[in-house]
Amino acid sequence: MASRVEILNEGGFRSDGRRQFELRSIEMDMSQQGHADGSAVITHGLTQVQVSVFGPREAKMRSQTIHDRANINVEISIAPFSTGDRRKRSRGDKRILEYAAAIKSTFEPAIQTSLYPRSQIDVFIQVIQQDGGLLQACINGTTLALMNAGVPMIDFICAVSGGVHSTHPLLDLTLLEENDVPNVTIAVMPKTQKVSLVTMETRLHVDRFEEVFRLATEAGLVLHEEMKSAVLGRAKELISSLDMGSNANRGGDVDDDGMTGFN
Amino acid sequence: MVEIKVLKRPRSEAVVTQRKFFKKTARGKVIKVLRERYLRDDVACGIEGCRECDQGVLPASGDKNHPAFPNGHFILPDTNVFLSQMDLVESPLFNPPIILLQTVLEEVRHRSLPLYNRLKALTKADDKKIWIFYNEYRSETAIIREEGETPNDRNDRGIRKATAWYNEHIKLSRPPIRGQPTPQIPTVVLMTEDSDNRQKAEKAGIPASSVRKYVQSMKNSTQLLDLLSAEGSSEIEPTKAVAGRQSLYPEYLPTSTLLAGVKAGELHQGHFNANQYNYLEGSVHVPAFTKPVLLVGRENMNRAVDGDIVVVEVFEEKEWKAPGDEVVDQDSTLKNDDAEDSADEGDVEDHEVLVKESKFVETTEIRGHDKQPTGRIVGIIKRNWRAYVCHIDSTSLTSSNATSLSQQTVFATPVSRLLPRIRLRTRQAPSLIGQKILVTIDRWDVTSRYPEGHFVRSLGKVESKEAEQESLLLEFEVPYRPFGKAILDCLPELGDQWVVPPKSDSSPEWRDREDFRDLIICSIDPPNCQDIDDALHARPLPNGNIEAGVHIADVSHFVHADTPMDSEAASRGTTVYLVDKRIDMLPSLLGTNLCSLRPFVERLAFSAIWEMTPDAEIVNVRFTKSVIASKAAFTYEEAQIRKDDPHRQDELTQGIRLLNSLAQKLKAKRMAAGALNLASPEVKIQLDSSESSDPIDVEQKELRETNSLVEEFMLLANISVAKKIEETFPQTAVLRRHLPPPRTNFEKLQDILMKRKGMPLDVSSSGALAASLDQCVDINEPAFNTLVRIMATRCMLSAEYFCSGSVGKDTFGHYGLASPIYTHFTSPIRRYADVLAHRQLSAAIGYSPLHASLHSKQHVERVLDVVNRRHRMAQMAGRASVEFYVGLALKARGEREKKNSAEVIEEAFVIRTFRNGLGVFVSKLGIEGLVMFKKDMQFDAENYTITVGTTTLAVFDKVKVRIEVEKDRNTQRGRVKMSLVHPIDSADL
Ligand SMILES: [Zn+2]
Repeated sequence: MASRVEILNEGGFRSDGRRQFELRSIEMDMSQQGHADGSAVITHGLTQVQVSVFGPREAKMRSQTIHDRANINVEISIAPFSTGDRRKRSRGDKRILEYAAAIKSTFEPAIQTSLYPRSQIDVFIQVIQQDGGLLQACINGTTLALMNAGVPMIDFICAVSGGVHSTHPLLDLTLLEENDVPNVTIAVMPKTQKVSLVTMETRLHVDRFEEVFRLATEAGLVLHEEMKSAVLGRAKELISSLDMGSNANRGGDVDDDGMTGFN
Repeated sequence: MVEIKVLKRPRSEAVVTQRKFFKKTARGKVIKVLRERYLRDDVACGIEGCRECDQGVLPASGDKNHPAFPNGHFILPDTNVFLSQMDLVESPLFNPPIILLQTVLEEVRHRSLPLYNRLKALTKADDKKIWIFYNEYRSETAIIREEGETPNDRNDRGIRKATAWYNEHIKLSRPPIRGQPTPQIPTVVLMTEDSDNRQKAEKAGIPASSVRKYVQSMKNSTQLLDLLSAEGSSEIEPTKAVAGRQSLYPEYLPTSTLLAGVKAGELHQGHFNANQYNYLEGSVHVPAFTKPVLLVGRENMNRAVDGDIVVVEVFEEKEWKAPGDEVVDQDSTLKNDDAEDSADEGDVEDHEVLVKESKFVETTEIRGHDKQPTGRIVGIIKRNWRAYVCHIDSTSLTSSNATSLSQQTVFATPVSRLLPRIRLRTRQAPSLIGQKILVTIDRWDVTSRYPEGHFVRSLGKVESKEAEQESLLLEFEVPYRPFGKAILDCLPELGDQWVVPPKSDSSPEWRDREDFRDLIICSIDPPNCQDIDDALHARPLPNGNIEAGVHIADVSHFVHADTPMDSEAASRGTTVYLVDKRIDMLPSLLGTNLCSLRPFVERLAFSAIWEMTPDAEIVNVRFTKSVIASKAAFTYEEAQIRKDDPHRQDELTQGIRLLNSLAQKLKAKRMAAGALNLASPEVKIQLDSSESSDPIDVEQKELRETNSLVEEFMLLANISVAKKIEETFPQTAVLRRHLPPPRTNFEKLQDILMKRKGMPLDVSSSGALAASLDQCVDINEPAFNTLVRIMATRCMLSAEYFCSGSVGKDTFGHYGLASPIYTHFTSPIRRYADVLAHRQLSAAIGYSPLHASLHSKQHVERVLDVVNRRHRMAQMAGRASVEFYVGLALKARGEREKKNSAEVIEEAFVIRTFRNGLGVFVSKLGIEGLVMFKKDMQFDAENYTITVGTTTLAVFDKVKVRIEVEKDRNTQRGRVKMSLVHPIDSADL
């Protein structure tokens, strides 16, 4: 049956009132969560994930250690009421495993794993609520949580989903849009503008793909600004709570180059 | 460079912007639905020159022509205005600037897709000023449903809020400037039929008006008031005591009860089919019974109109009946019914009608073997009402004074015999006599015997060709507007100067195309064919085999997916051929020129090339895009003559002979596999000349060997392509199938054949049917076999397009062609399914990528649904057009004969017997007719005979009929009247 909702109406509005290239509202909460070394809760529109990072720490299982670098372990769990059908997804669910593998390979080139041979970095992702753009939220959340944990990275990784309705590209898709249009998720490293992930779950015409690809890359840069200021904000908060006014000026002058990978 | 930005949604807005709710799906699963909405301040009001907003199509000062709003105004109609008064909104006489709210647009879409589409078309029309205001996205006008509020009330409140905002917004954007006269502030008027809503609006200081009140003070009010639907009138004229009326029909059950009943299997859902011979009888096919459920009498049909989706309750088996065996004509039975007060029970005339009708209903006796389930309609799931072509019944006028503008209630008789008469109120009644007019049904109350409707527009004088043609197109919903600019803009820039560019590696036209310009290719078509889709060639190969090629116009080179031209072609679905007019699917530059494979010019083609043994066994097949230059365009006749001329030994003629010999073998194989040789009455209308287009004569189409030659190769191409695209795109291939008919469809024909002719009909498979049809021969009557074939064809289902992923693979087969798989590939100029098949084949051979939409099963299904419907309608329109011209030809012939004091007399076969008449088929003219007797005759339903005096007539008997075209005095409608001449004269019976 045809969807009763128009993906892009004649006034140029999407079903949630956004225009083609407008991203949903983002909230980033980087405060301490439990025992994690670094954590972040990120919200894109109504999609929300919480990421907790443990490590680098000694690998629990011998078989998983790599002699010259750290092993990244990604696990995703999905809250039963996070979306549509209240299906319980086990951790062995195929789609979840695919996501986890995609996230792992996305971060491998960005984390300076060679600094921690034979150790392990655990990334636990809890999906709280889903309304499209799950992979993008997982990746962006993981970037923030890793930075929060002080894991050295050569760059941010910013992910954005994009799709094409008829011939019109759209950015940051909701679940409704994802179900209707061919879509991709693209993750970029803003400093080099290198793309570290491209996924596609549906077929897309090659010309259309190029356009979405370009737009999503650009959107990644826009997102980078948001994420950067969130990280800086968190850093300032931490520093000011450490120093508590005594010698605020000495360490408090944080600039972009002062901290690893913060630009 | 586009601007990409993140929208910030303040937390405080969360109530308005986020919705989380749980919803139960049809399968009973509970799902959680999350929606959010971003409110913004840049949603434009649409008024030109607004200081706040940047776009605008509505005139700055509004419309100053309405006396109630001297300072100018805009109207803001609510949903019901569009749902019930679309004809008014569409009228060219009604053109105030309209603000269309998103809330309204979405509600219309939710309530009625056809009306939504009409509304969408209006928003794009040049002569309308309509602005869609996205009120749900603008922060000041967005609202949420409050606790305890119904969705309707919520929308009404939203509409009022938007109206108030508009009035405020206009004021704010035009502040008074010192020293200058106060600017005139136009009003935005809420238009609604809901008096409660109006009261609430007025209380809040929002200007509001009912449609009628608004229209009454317009300049063209007389014409416009006629367009108002009957729905709005009860409120205006409460004088008639509606409550006092007696119900003529049972009330419908509530929808929830209907759905629950259908789900539980106690009630049944299906399409309502009216009976064209008997207006008091209808039937509904439901999945639970093999035979349709019979509905006898008005009450049981309970206000259903042909095409409605209804729910029926089936009676107990002891009440099951056979269908009536009498012709019951509504015009003659009801001719004295009075339009003004036919709803009031109890008057004498009315009683008469009831007595007559009940007689018809009761005589439907209970006969043993062809009993059918009977039932009654208890509810309607969906009305399929549209505009109907009608005539005004002149006897229903109370005043025929030509200048009278008084409102009268009259009857409109639809052209289609399947529809009931419609009551309508008009001020223009006298001037509409003798015209074809368009009428829509608005409602059908339990207290009214007839549905109520309103007049839409006049199509012209009855029997004028223009009126007949247009009414035909409307009746079969053929889209016939000229192609718009956006569509024509998709054509090649060079227009008719476009040619295949010279061959080169850099030319995009030549990319991956084979050069077939030197092949001896020709086309064979009916005379005067302008849209040549296909051309053929054949030549011997050195290895003793034969290369045969079918070359089809490369339409998909010009028509790209997702362009305005493509969507238009998809919605037209097919070219429609009427006797004197062709309504193209594609603009004629493509259809009759650039894509048409004319001789002596280079054209782009999509070719299928086979290598075959001389016994027509396929060795291999390949497909390629190509460039061809046809060497000749033959008619079937020319090709036949050329082939048969022994002096001709040129390559072209040799090629035709090769093709012909292969075609004969292909056909033999097909027939051996069980293909059916079916027949439909095909006649050709000879037109006098192109200007007058008066039909001179009707002749039967002649079929030559060369017809079959072309047909065989087209079938072969279609089958080969079907295999290829199904293999490559198993989920979304565009295919065509013909389901085997249910055996019960043949029961009656089998019985008649056995009883009347002692001939068996084996319907166990298409092969068996083909064989036994061949046996149905009457040595004395060569036309008998054709007649049986025509009757057998009517027992079958129609072929349909489908998406390969949507049905089981075991149902792909084409019954009539006895082919396991089939599609349409060979006529892309005139059929849209072929265009899709071309795109898929092109992707299958790696020539071009497949457009995303053709990967989507839902999309393909959606498109094919439309194409299937259009295809059926086009066939019916074509047939109706032939019928109209046959009528004209008969009339002309009758007048010629009259001069010699003779009459038109033709041979005919009896095909049906009724208690009071005969159904006959005149094969020479390809028409069916009815011979009516004034009284009941001795009738034997078991043996399909009727005895008139001492003569007994039976089905399949050959008779002679007198054919006259007489005009119905009341409706001015011409109708063919037949009476028996031989073996008895029925003129006085
Ligand atoms: Zn404005």
